[in-house]
Amino acid sequence: MESVIDRQTAVESPKESPVRNFLRALVARKLVLAALIMLLILIIIAIFAPVIAPYDPYETNFNHTLQRPSAEYWLGTDLYGRDLLSRVIYGARNSLMVGIVSVGIAATIGSLLGLIAGFFRGVIDTILMRMMDALLAIPPIVLALSLGAAMGGGLVNVMISLGIALIPNYARMMRGQVLSVRETDYVIAAEISGASRWRNMFIHVLPNSLSPIIVLITIHLGVAILAEAALSFLGLGIQPPGAAWGSMVSEGYRYLAANPLLSFAPGVAVMITVLTFSIVGDGLRDALDPKLRDNL
Amino acid sequence: MAALIIRRILQMIVVLFFVSIIVFLIMQLLPGDPARIMLGSQATEEQIELFRQEMGLDKPLPIQYLNWLGGVLQGDLGRSVVQRDDVSKMIGERLPITLQLGIYSLLCSILIGVPAGVMAAVKRGSVLDSFILFVANTGLAMPSFWLAILTVYIFSMNLGWLPVQGYVPLSQDFWGHVKHMVLPVLALSTSSLAMFARQTRSAMLEVIRQDYIRTARAKGLRENYVILKHALRNALLSIITLLGLVLGQTIGFTVLIETVFNIPGLSRLLVQSIFSHDYVVVQGCVLIIALLVSVVNLLVDLSYQYADPKIRYD
Repeated sequence: MESVIDRQTAVESPKESPVRNFLRALVARKLVLAALIMLLILIIIAIFAPVIAPYDPYETNFNHTLQRPSAEYWLGTDLYGRDLLSRVIYGARNSLMVGIVSVGIAATIGSLLGLIAGFFRGVIDTILMRMMDALLAIPPIVLALSLGAAMGGGLVNVMISLGIALIPNYARMMRGQVLSVRETDYVIAAEISGASRWRNMFIHVLPNSLSPIIVLITIHLGVAILAEAALSFLGLGIQPPGAAWGSMVSEGYRYLAANPLLSFAPGVAVMITVLTFSIVGDGLRDALDPKLRDNL
Repeated sequence: MAALIIRRILQMIVVLFFVSIIVFLIMQLLPGDPARIMLGSQATEEQIELFRQEMGLDKPLPIQYLNWLGGVLQGDLGRSVVQRDDVSKMIGERLPITLQLGIYSLLCSILIGVPAGVMAAVKRGSVLDSFILFVANTGLAMPSFWLAILTVYIFSMNLGWLPVQGYVPLSQDFWGHVKHMVLPVLALSTSSLAMFARQTRSAMLEVIRQDYIRTARAKGLRENYVILKHALRNALLSIITLLGLVLGQTIGFTVLIETVFNIPGLSRLLVQSIFSHDYVVVQGCVLIIALLVSVVNLLVDLSYQYADPKIRYD
């Protein structure tokens, strides 16, 4: 009997569960809910691309080149007679993967550097932050382009160079967080009671600095996908015949007159994906910590 | 104030020093031997060796770096490996075109973005507000190179109103210049315009809530006066902050836009040099771009003082 009452009170007072509160705040806005659903759809498309795509995206068919949209090929075909819809669907895999890996690299290394700079301060802080300033002085696209080309192009190198280009944002944000968190009472208390520096850093400072980092990650997923599209448009990144949205826009440019969708469809795919991530990011920010609104 | 300016300039020099190291190191990763690229495949081993000695390419990396830096400090960015031309001269010819493109697009995005943001904030929750927000969010998510191609398809290929690509200098033909610039500037300014609109809107919403705005209204000032003189003035700071960020992004995007429209600017040179492994030119271009971004950021920092006297640097 007692357990039933307990369960009821738990249901009636959502304040008891921070996770539920967070989820409720997150889906409260219809737009954010729609974006979350869209995100789910994108992930499903990326994972199940071989099942969903009507044709093999790499299979050339020289009897059906540069076709306009039809019942057979919904978006038409490219110069090699490959089905455009299937290629756009496969492009989602490439985009999401590049986004996740490069932001993962940036967030991990950047946060670590910021943590070190903010916690130790002094000379280490100065050198690290001047280096971050230097990276920030080079526009991310230019930096990623130079790095990517220097390392020889290809998917992996593009992910690494985009990751490096985004590092300074995390380092700065983490450092700012650490500087404010380390002045809070509980960190000072832990310090007084003899907790070591490292313990303090990873047990107290790090977890309490995470929410702005999480929000930044979501927003950057969109940024990285946009940047990857730009790099593959310029000819870096996944090599032919691989399907990347940016390079599809670039290839389609030459055959605009025959089938404009060759350029437009992959661009729309980029736009929907980036928009989805930016709305989810905004929603996450508001649900996690509305105070961040000014900073992110 | 003078002390502050000097300190910030010194800081900038340190940052640029780090930039030069980063750029130099990145270029060491570029595949291919510059001596072989420059002399061609017919060159003998002795010729290449001699050339490497002349160019100082046989020296250890730190020495090569110092040699390069020494030249840079005297305004000599080295010689192009592929085009065999003076890099400073090449950049000098192309930089003004990229600057033109950047300035036009910054002007556009401020002149349209800021008023749009003010309107959205004043009419908060209205259809106009939702419309402006929707356009801004879409603009931010839109790949600029894709928008460029879309507008070429509509305005150049189908309607025939504007040229597909190319560049005409302002001094040569005013209308030709304008016609060639419309689509590149449109594509380049869309996302920064969206950033200005969003930033202005949220800054204005913040300011409009303040007591002094209520006071201004209460003493009977006209609404337009309150919005423009009191609210916008106070929202200016966060709009200026955005300027530094937007400039970096705009220069980054010229890499794409100059490629789409085949505009012979600095960014086109950069892309061409990257793909032809002309590392000396790439070094020069990236360094000049970083210098440009740093100088604008410095000006932005200093203009805070003017926009908000409450801010004092210690």
